Amino acid sequence: MDIGTLLSRIFGDPDQAFVTLKHWLVDLAPPAIQPLVSIMLSIAPILGVFPLLFAITTVLERKGLGRIQNRLGPNRVGPYGWLQPVADGLKAIIKEDVVPRAADKVVHFLAPVVIVVPVLLVYAVLPVGRNMVAIDIDAGVLFFFAVGASTELAIFMAGWASRNKYSLLGAMRAIAQMISYEVPLILSAVTVVMMTGSLSTMKIVEAQGTYHGLLPDWHVFTPWGLAGFLMFMVAATAEANRSPFDIPEGESEIIAGYFVEYSGFKFALFFLGEYLGLFAASGLAITLFLGGWHAPAEWLTWVPSYVWFFTKLVLFIAMFIWVRGTLPRVRMDQLMNFAWKFMLPLALVNILAAALWRFLPVGPARWVITSVVILGAYLVLARVVGGEKHFTKREYRFAE
Amino acid sequence: MELAFVITAVIVLGGAVAAMSLRNLVHCALCLALTFAGLAAMYLLLQAQFVAFVQLLVYVGAVAVLVVFAILLTRGDDTTHQSVFSKTSFIGISVATLALACILAAALSSYVADRLPPGKPEASVKEIGTQLMTQYVLPLEAVGLLLTAAMIGAVIIAMQERKAK
Repeated sequence: MDIGTLLSRIFGDPDQAFVTLKHWLVDLAPPAIQPLVSIMLSIAPILGVFPLLFAITTVLERKGLGRIQNRLGPNRVGPYGWLQPVADGLKAIIKEDVVPRAADKVVHFLAPVVIVVPVLLVYAVLPVGRNMVAIDIDAGVLFFFAVGASTELAIFMAGWASRNKYSLLGAMRAIAQMISYEVPLILSAVTVVMMTGSLSTMKIVEAQGTYHGLLPDWHVFTPWGLAGFLMFMVAATAEANRSPFDIPEGESEIIAGYFVEYSGFKFALFFLGEYLGLFAASGLAITLFLGGWHAPAEWLTWVPSYVWFFTKLVLFIAMFIWVRGTLPRVRMDQLMNFAWKFMLPLALVNILAAALWRFLPVGPARWVITSVVILGAYLVLARVVGGEKHFTKREYRFAE
Repeated sequence: MELAFVITAVIVLGGAVAAMSLRNLVHCALCLALTFAGLAAMYLLLQAQFVAFVQLLVYVGAVAVLVVFAILLTRGDDTTHQSVFSKTSFIGISVATLALACILAAALSSYVADRLPPGKPEASVKEIGTQLMTQYVLPLEAVGLLLTAAMIGAVIIAMQERKAK
C-alpha cells in the first residue's frame, strides 16, 4: 500500500484512521518482528497521549482553581501560561534529589516507580475508540481492578521507606481509604457486568451501542446505572485521593502525606501516578456507564469514536477540578462511615435493583420498581447515618 | 513463551529466596508480594486469566498489605543497621529445602505422577462463573457465610477491647 492509498483510506474513514495507520506501519516491518512492532505501536500511544493529557490537566486545574478562587492562575510561561508544564517538568528534572539519611534507600527509590507502573498497565484494557484497545482480554474489568489494587503497596513503600511519621501516617490513611472504597467501587461496577454478561471492556461498550428515541442505550440512563455511576464516581474520587477525599495528603495536618520526603522528579512521578489513576478510573466509568466511545445521539455517529471518548474524559476532568475547587475536605471518621455505612449497603441494594431490572418485563413497571428500591434504600441509609446529627450554630473557641 | 517463563520464574524464585533470607521483615513482606505478582504472571502464561487476576487482587492487593500492616503494628521500630541478610537464614533455607524435598518425594512417588497430563482445560471466566453459580453454589455460599462470620467476629473482638479501656 503506497502513501496515496493510505491517505485516501485515512481521510475516507477518519474513525479508523489510527487503526489503518498502525496496520500500515506494521506491514512495513519485516515479518519476523511484526508481532513485536504491533505490540509496541499499541503501547506507544498510551505512553504518549495520557502523560500529555496529564501535562495539560495540570495547567487546566491550576487555572480553573484560580478562577474559582478569584485569581488568575499561571499566566507567565508561554502564551496564557500554557507552557507551564514544560517549565514544571524541567524544574523537576534539575532539582536536587533529596533522600533522607534514615530512609530505606532501595524501597524509597522504588516506590515512585512501582506506583506508576500499575496505573499505566490498566490503560491496556480501556477502549478509547472503535477497535482501539491495546489488548482485548476476556476479563478486562477484572484486570483493571486487580492491577489497580497493587498501587496500595507502592503507597505503603513510599510512606514506610521515608522514615517519617507524617509519611507513615499519610500512607496508613491512604491505604485504609483505598481498601475501604475499593469495595463500593467494584460492587458498583458489578451491576454492569451482570447486565452485559461479560467482563470484557469491548463487549460492555458494544452492548451500549444502540439508540432508542432521544437517548442512547447507555447504562447511566437506567435507575441502577445512574446509582452505580454516581457511586462509582465517588469511590473513584476516593481511590485517587482527590479532594474532597484528600485526607492522605491533608496539608494542614500531615504536610503532604506519604510523599512528603520526595523531591524533584520522584515527586513528579507521584503526581503523574495520581492523575493517570484518575484518568483511568474516569475512562472505566465512561466505558461501563457512559457508552464508551459511542456518540450520544445517532445523528452524531459520523464524528470519530475516539473524539467522543476524549470529549467525555475532558468533561470528567473538568468536573473533578470543579469538585476540588468547591468542596471542603472530609474528616477521617466521616470518610470511613461514608464508605462502610452508606456506600457499601447502597451498592449491595443496587445489585439487587439491577437483578430486578434484569428479570422484570420491559416497561414502565420496572422503572418504577427499581427506582423505588434504590431511592428507598438511599433515604433510609441517609437517615440512619446522618439522622443522629444535630446541627447547631458553630461556636469558635479560639478565633474571635 | 520460553523467555517469558524464564523471566517470571526468576522473579518468583528470586522473590521467594529474598523473602526468606532478608533481615528486615518489611523487606521480606515486599519480596513476598513480588513473588505473588510473579505467580500471577505464571498463571497468565498458563492461560488462566481469572486465577491470575484474582491472585493479583487478593494476594498483592490485600494479603500483602495485611502482612505489612501486621508487621508494623505488632513490632517496635527495631530496624538495625547491620548486614542486610539475616544470620539465621540458613536454618530457614534448610527447613524450606527439607519441606520441599518431602513434598516432592511424596508427589513423585504417588500414583498421580504416572497419570497422563489432562488436555488443556477451557477455563474461561464465563465457564468458571457458570460452574460457581450452578454446580458449586453450595460450597461458595458456605465459604461466603464463613468469611462473613469471621469478619463479624474480628469486629466484635476489636470492639470489646476498646470498651474495656
